[in-house]
Parts: sequence; structure tokens; C-alpha cells
Amino acid sequence: MPTKVLVAKPGLDGHDRGAKIVARALRDAGMEVVYTGLHQTPEMIVTAAVQEDVDVIGVSILSGAHMTVFPKIMKLLEERGVDDIAVVGGGVIQEDDIPKLKAIGVRAVFDSDATTQDLIDGIERIVAETGRAGARSAVRK
Amino acid sequence: MKLELERDATLNAVEDAKREWEQLTLGPFVEARPERRPSFRTLSGTELQRVYTPSDIAGLDYVNDLGFPGQPPYTRGPYATMYRAQPWTMRQIAGFGTADDTNARFQFLIAQGQTGISTDFDMPTLMGYDSDDPRSEGEVGREGVAIDSVDDMLDLYRGIDLENISVSMTINPSAWVLLAMYLVAAEERGFDWKKLSGTVQNDIVKEYISQKEWVYPPRPAMRLVRDSIVFGAKHLPRYNPVNISGYHTREAGSTAIQEVAFTLSAGIAYVEDVLKCGVGVDAFAARLSFYFVSQIDFLEEVAKFRAARRVWAKVMKERFGATKPESMRLRFHTQTAGASCTAREPLNNVARTAIEALAAVLGGTQSLHTNGYDEALSIPSEPAMKIALRTQQIIAEETGVAGTIDPLAGSYAIERLTSDIEAGCFAYFAEIEKRGGLVRCIEDNYFQQEVADAAYDLYKRKERHEWELVGVTKYRDDTSNPRVDLHHVDEAAADRQLRNIAATKARRDPHEVEAALAEVVRVAGTDENIMPATIEAVRVRATGGEIVRALRPVFGTYVEKPIF
Amino acid sequence: MVAEQARRIPIRVQRDLARAITSIENGYATIAEATAKLPARTDGATAYVIGVTGPPGAGKSTLVDCLIEAYRGAGETVAVIAVDPSSPFTHGAVLGDRVRMQRHSGDEGVFIRSMASRESGGGLAPSTHDAIALASHAGFDVLIVETVGVGQVELEIVGVADIVAVVTVPALGDSVQTIKAGLTEIADLFVVNMADRPGANRTAMDLKHMVRESGRNIAVLQTIASEGTGIDEVVRTLNEARATPAGNAERAVRFAVVRTVRDSAVRRAFEMLDGDFGRDVFNRLRSGELGRTEARNALVAEILAEVYHAD
Repeated sequence: MPTKVLVAKPGLDGHDRGAKIVARALRDAGMEVVYTGLHQTPEMIVTAAVQEDVDVIGVSILSGAHMTVFPKIMKLLEERGVDDIAVVGGGVIQEDDIPKLKAIGVRAVFDSDATTQDLIDGIERIVAETGRAGARSAVRK
Repeated sequence: MKLELERDATLNAVEDAKREWEQLTLGPFVEARPERRPSFRTLSGTELQRVYTPSDIAGLDYVNDLGFPGQPPYTRGPYATMYRAQPWTMRQIAGFGTADDTNARFQFLIAQGQTGISTDFDMPTLMGYDSDDPRSEGEVGREGVAIDSVDDMLDLYRGIDLENISVSMTINPSAWVLLAMYLVAAEERGFDWKKLSGTVQNDIVKEYISQKEWVYPPRPAMRLVRDSIVFGAKHLPRYNPVNISGYHTREAGSTAIQEVAFTLSAGIAYVEDVLKCGVGVDAFAARLSFYFVSQIDFLEEVAKFRAARRVWAKVMKERFGATKPESMRLRFHTQTAGASCTAREPLNNVARTAIEALAAVLGGTQSLHTNGYDEALSIPSEPAMKIALRTQQIIAEETGVAGTIDPLAGSYAIERLTSDIEAGCFAYFAEIEKRGGLVRCIEDNYFQQEVADAAYDLYKRKERHEWELVGVTKYRDDTSNPRVDLHHVDEAAADRQLRNIAATKARRDPHEVEAALAEVVRVAGTDENIMPATIEAVRVRATGGEIVRALRPVFGTYVEKPIF
Repeated sequence: MVAEQARRIPIRVQRDLARAITSIENGYATIAEATAKLPARTDGATAYVIGVTGPPGAGKSTLVDCLIEAYRGAGETVAVIAVDPSSPFTHGAVLGDRVRMQRHSGDEGVFIRSMASRESGGGLAPSTHDAIALASHAGFDVLIVETVGVGQVELEIVGVADIVAVVTVPALGDSVQTIKAGLTEIADLFVVNMADRPGANRTAMDLKHMVRESGRNIAVLQTIASEGTGIDEVVRTLNEARATPAGNAERAVRFAVVRTVRDSAVRRAFEMLDGDFGRDVFNRLRSGELGRTEARNALVAEILAEVYHAD
């Protein structure tokens, strides 16, 4: 079953070259990508993730505001009772902040030199680990 | 006549000699030692010839196509003496935290020898939100300076002689508001508007194409640009009311030809809008300024800058009938390419930036920002800016290139590349006309699709290692990735700014503000020039966010249709 | 403007609905099992299903965005299912329709779900029928299904929608060529969007001629969706048809039947082409014993005979 990924652009930053190339690359790897568009608030991102029931939320953030945005996203997911959507991030995120993001539940952070293959491999590994396929198959019986 | 025959005879001789070389020298050499790639392409994807000869520039006419610096077609430079009179303006961008924080950085840079000021605003200011707007949370003063009112503007340029240094502001959707604030601040400090020199970026067209800072849809947004140009033509003789930009489109992945073509197309659209107001082309065109990137592919960039000047000169003369030479003269600011900088081994970026800066100088730029080595990691730190500034100073003082004008002219490779870029531009102009004009192309996502396709093509070429990033995709040393000290974001700056805006709001007369905003809204609904009402509004301390918000119901808001 | 007493569907239910749709999409549950995961709908109503189709670039998403606003203004809840084509090569997809509707993101009365067409050859996703049923069961008043109109999609949309709006844009040059014949079979409403562009009136006129010839009562409206112009008229037309739900039932059943029978026959045909009889015919074709026409006729005769007598 195709992995479904939300590619999200939070905040006011309009640099979407990377996000769009990632979207295209993930599609070429057989994934279904929902693109949120620019200028998203954490609420909009989580609403989209819930309605689209994605496997992964990929946050593309270059503004340096990641220590505000990610905690908000993680909190909203928790409030909505969503525990099976993995959150990953990429863009301009300082090395020192990566452990802090992992500590709040961000599953992976891709630096700006990461290749799209790194992203594809990373996402597929995370989806396998999250066991969403397993969670969904429990519905059938 | 005789000259042509002689030229033909010379070219024939060249071509004969080339054929002989290919057979006798090149052929055997390539057999024994094949070239390492089937073709060599520029960053934009243009194929490079193995060797360029006079045949490659056969149609070039020195007098008409190159001419001399300081007169049309300006290929060799916009000024007769270029850097022999004074070097390009060294203008490092700065902006973070509150106005006070950024003012300190301005003072530092000026002390280090910078000759022009360039201001970077935070995302909320860029997008038309005040610092106390919920949308601004987490972003106040982070990527640029927070400016909400004239009070902030006064702090920002405190101690700076605005009549004797040129000041550039990188602002777009709310540019007309920031310009108004700048003018009021200058006035309150006793400066004469007629002596103010500087630039406000104010190029909304490229926002829809690449930088993606917008509030209103294209047509009302372009009216705001038009009003600034018309106002400037009347009141600001030394000021550039627009800085028509290609940097962002190139950073979004476009080719060099697209960078120039789409930028000049925006220029054409702005000129058309102003002409419709009844203002003659020679009354304002000389003050239109431009802004390009300098990317890492050296030859292509030098050619690009020269092509841009020649194309614009032709357009202004032939399409718009400009008669004043200055109306045909393209002047530009350059920034070295952020997209070429790597996060790994950041010190390598000093070399990249130096090469890009040299290309800009050899391309005849009027103003230059060189990136810091930390460009891929953060907004610039002081040490990074110092080295970047020194890079420019070394080029100006030590390399000798500033002593002669357009030294690469006549190079077969450079002239061929220049002519090809020019041809590519005119092809795009025709295509844009065919598709219904610039605004239609924006609405139909034509530019955006071209850019996305070019970006994807480059990404694929990088994947196939047809284009390498040293230290990242080639010569990668995974055992070491040197860390550099980065600009430290002062998280307390946001709170300071919140106090600033609260103080401004407490001091001002709310009735005056309300009346002034109402007047701006009224004018916006007519075809009157919006600048005077905006100046009055900021004078009574209406904030940028209040003005922008007041006009949303009048102008509407914009949502993009994303293409991939 | 959302009406003050506008209804909402709680986030919890939206989450369950989203998961139920996924379970159907990925074949992890039957429709009965998925439906059981949602709270029972108590008002006895079903959603009014509006199909919006048309060529790429016609402004469908912008139009849908306006429809959402109109229905929310009337206090009704709206679910949108936006179907976009999967890549026939990689089977992946980029789904970007919700970007144009994002101003409704904070509105708990709006649910937007993107679906890739997957193996249906660019048409409706196979599970769209079920997704619609689930969204209706979850309590939404209005359901908008948006798809790109290529190939046979228009037929499929009739199978799921109570009313079908075909959105087109003013055609430059010879407008007749760009309007597909047969659209009058399925459209209940034509919308010429971007009506401020040259050719709008001409396109509308051409459509009206087509409509007259078809003998059906199909409205032809003009809109500028990006400005909200003409939307009221569209909504009025949609709501008029709402009062007579039975009107579309026969047409919907007809198309659903045709589609099901066709799909079934096509599936059987492929099986037979790959089976013994098919292999034999192709061998004889390759060896030159049979020409193309003979081969085709032999296969068709055999397949049809089997299909007609299939259980």
C-alpha cells in the first residue's frame, strides 16, 4: 500500500523549492504526497494530517522557528489522540537542536545536504517501525 | 564592403584551421584520452563548446552590440568610468532582533568599510503582520529585524546620515508602507527627501513566481508598486522605488535565462502600468533598478549580467520609445548565491563566495552583498560578514580588475554566452505575449512551472553526479565536519519588540490612527495614489500590520495554486 | 462567512472517518466493518453528493472552495473528496487540491480528503464510492467529489453523485473541438469558469447549443471563482436539484450498472487473453497463420460467448 506523506510548510517562510522537489521525489518513489501549501499554522498542519490520515508528516522549515513549531505540532497531535502518525523534519535546523526535537518525539531530522534518497529510505524505515500497517490490519477481522 | 570580405576570409580561415585541428590534433588526442564527460554544461544546463572561436561570434558588431560603457546598449557597463571612479557599493545585508540590535550591526559594518546599507526584515514584517499578531509568534526578530512603526524606523537608522549613505530595504508586499515609514523617519530627523538615496525592493511580481511573500492578489499588489514609482518620480529624485529581482527566482531553481527574462518581464509590466497613468517613460525609467544573483558558474554569470543590460536597453528604446539614455540604463545590485553554499564544511563557502563576487564585478554590478560562510546554516554572524566584506575589498584593492572596464569583452566564449542569453530572453518575451501577458502568465502558473521544471532538472543532474557539490557529493570527508560559531538568536528580542509596539500604541492618538486608516482604505478603493495617505497614516503611528490588514477586504487575499 | 449556528463534526469523528476511509482504500476492512467504527447517523438523512469535474486548470478547486463557503454560510457541514491521478509509472501521486481550500482549515464543519486514483487509470479511485458512503454516514450534509475529467471519469462520477457539475474554461479559437461530445449525457450543470477571459460568452453559447440538441435541461452558468462571482447562481441551481433526489437515481444506477458490467467483462477478457485460448491465437498470429483481423475476431467471439454465459 502506498505510504502517504504530508509535506508541510509552516510559518511565514515561502521557500518551497525543497519541499516541492521532495514531493516530486516521493511521488516518483511510489508514495502519495499531500502538499499543504505555504503559510501553514501548526493547527492547519495537524488538521490536514488527521483528515488525510497520513503515515508521516514531513515538516520543511528554514526559518529557524523549529523550536516553536515542532512542539506545537506534537502537542496538537497528542490532544487529538493521534499517536500513529510519525513526524519528521528537514530544512535549516541547527545540529544542537536535533536532540531536543528527538526528545519531544520527532522521529528524524534531515539536514539540508540530505539527498532525496535519504528521505525516502528514512521515511520507509519509520513507517515500518511505526507499524501503521499493523495497526490498520487490526481493523479487519 | 571590403571589410566584410576580409572578415569572411578570416572566418573561413578560422574554420579551416579548426577542421584541421579536429582531424590532426584533437581527434587522436581524444582517442587516446577520452574526455571525462560526454558534454559539459553550465549550471543552467547550457552546453559549453570545447573551444570558442571567432566563428562563434561572427555576427557581433562591436559598435552596436558592445559599444562603450556609459551609453546604450550599455553592454560594457552603465557608467563611463565604472569602478575607476568608485568601486561598487559594498552593501552587506543585516537585520535581526529589534531595530536597536540591527542598528548596532549597521554601525559595525560601516566601521569595517561598508559603503551602503541593506536591511533584512523578519518574516512577520515581510508578510505584513505586526509583532503582536498571533501569526507572528516564534518569528519576531528571528530572520530579520522587526519593524512595526515609524518609531522602530527611527531606531533602525539612528546615527546614520541618510543624505550621505544609500539605504536599501528588502521588503515586498508591505514595501509601500515601509517606504512611507522611511520617508517620515527621514523627515522627522531633518533630512530632505530630495537627497535620500536608496532602494526599496518592492517587486511583487517575483513574489508570485519565487519568493512567495504575498498578501493581496497580483493586480492590486501591482497597483501599489505603480503608485510607489509614480510618487518616487515626483518626490524622490535619488531614490530607486523598485529593485526588480531575479535573485529569488534563480534561488528557486530557474536557469540564468529565466532569471533575466522573468525579471525584465516584470520590469516591462511595471513600466506599462506607470505609462497608463500618463507619466512619460523618461520621467521615471532611470530610477528603476534591478537585482540579480551571482551563482557559481563563472562564465555564465558574467555573460548574464552583460546580456541583461543589452536586453533592457533595447526594450526601453524599441518597445517604450525612451529617448533619455538613462532610461535605457540597467543598474543592478548583486548577491552571491545562497543556494550554492553548503552546510557541510562551511568554510568552503568563502571560496565560492569569492568566485561569485568576482563574476559580479566582472559583470559590472553597482552594488554587492557577499554571503557569509554560514549562509546555509543561519543568518549571518559578525565574523562571517567581516570576511565577506574583506572579500569584496580584496577584489577592489588587490586584484586589479577594478582598474579596467569590462575586461572580458571580446572573449569568444563570453560574447557567445552573452548573445545566447539575450536571444533566450527575447524568446521568452514573445512567449509571454503569446500567452496573454505577464499577469495572465502568473495566474496560469506559467513562470512557476518553468522554474519548477528547471529546479527539478538541476536536482536530477545533481543526482546523476553531472553537477557536484564539493565536500558534499564529491570529496566528502565523513570523519570531520568543522563547526562554526553561528549568529546567536536573542530569544528575548521578541519580548523587547512587543514592549516597543505596546509603547507606540500607548503613545499615539487612536482617533487620528482610525481616521488615517479610513483614509487609506478610501484611497485604495479609487485610482488615486496611495502613498500620501499611507505617509499620513504612518506619521500618526499606524502600524504596518494595521494598514495591511485594513486593505485585505479591499484588495482580497491570494492563495497559490501549487505546481510541482 | 460561517453561520453562527453552523453545525460541526467533532474532530474525534473526523479522525475516525479518516481512518475508516484509509482502511477501505487499503483493503484492510470491508465497508460494513469500516462503517461500524463510526457513530450511527441519527437524523436519517444522507449527504447531498455534488460531483465537480472538468479538465485540469479549469479552477475546480477554487470553485469548490467557494461552494464550501456558501454551504457553511447556510450552516451546513461539508466534506470534500478530491481525487487526483496516480502516476501510471510509479503509482505515486502529488495531491495538492486542498491548498486552494485551506481557508476552511480551522472550521470544524469542513472535512477535506485527497485520494489518489490508484489503479483506475486516472479516473475515480476505486474506493471513492465507499469513502462517500462513509462521509455521509459520519453526518455531513453536503459532499463534494472533485475529480479531473479525463477519459471515462465523467461516467464514474455520475455513478456516485446526485448532481454533476462540469467545469470548463473559455476556449480560445475553435471552441467546439474542446467540448467533448457526450458531456451532455452526464452534466447536470455546465460552469464556464474564468468568465472574465476572452471567449467566455462564446463558449457558453456553444454549450447552450449542445444542450438544446440533447433535449436535456442543463443549466449553463458563468463564474469567476477566484473572485466569487456567479457562485450564488451555481449554488441555487445545485439546491434546486436537491429537492428532487430521485431524479438522478435512475441515471446513477444505469451508469453504475454499465460500469460494473464493463469492468467485469474487461477483467474476464484480460484473463482469457492470458489463458490457453488467447495464447494459442497469439502463437498463430505470430507465425503468420492468422492476420490481425482474424485474430481479433476469433478472440472477441470466444470472449463474448463466455461473457454472455457467465454466472
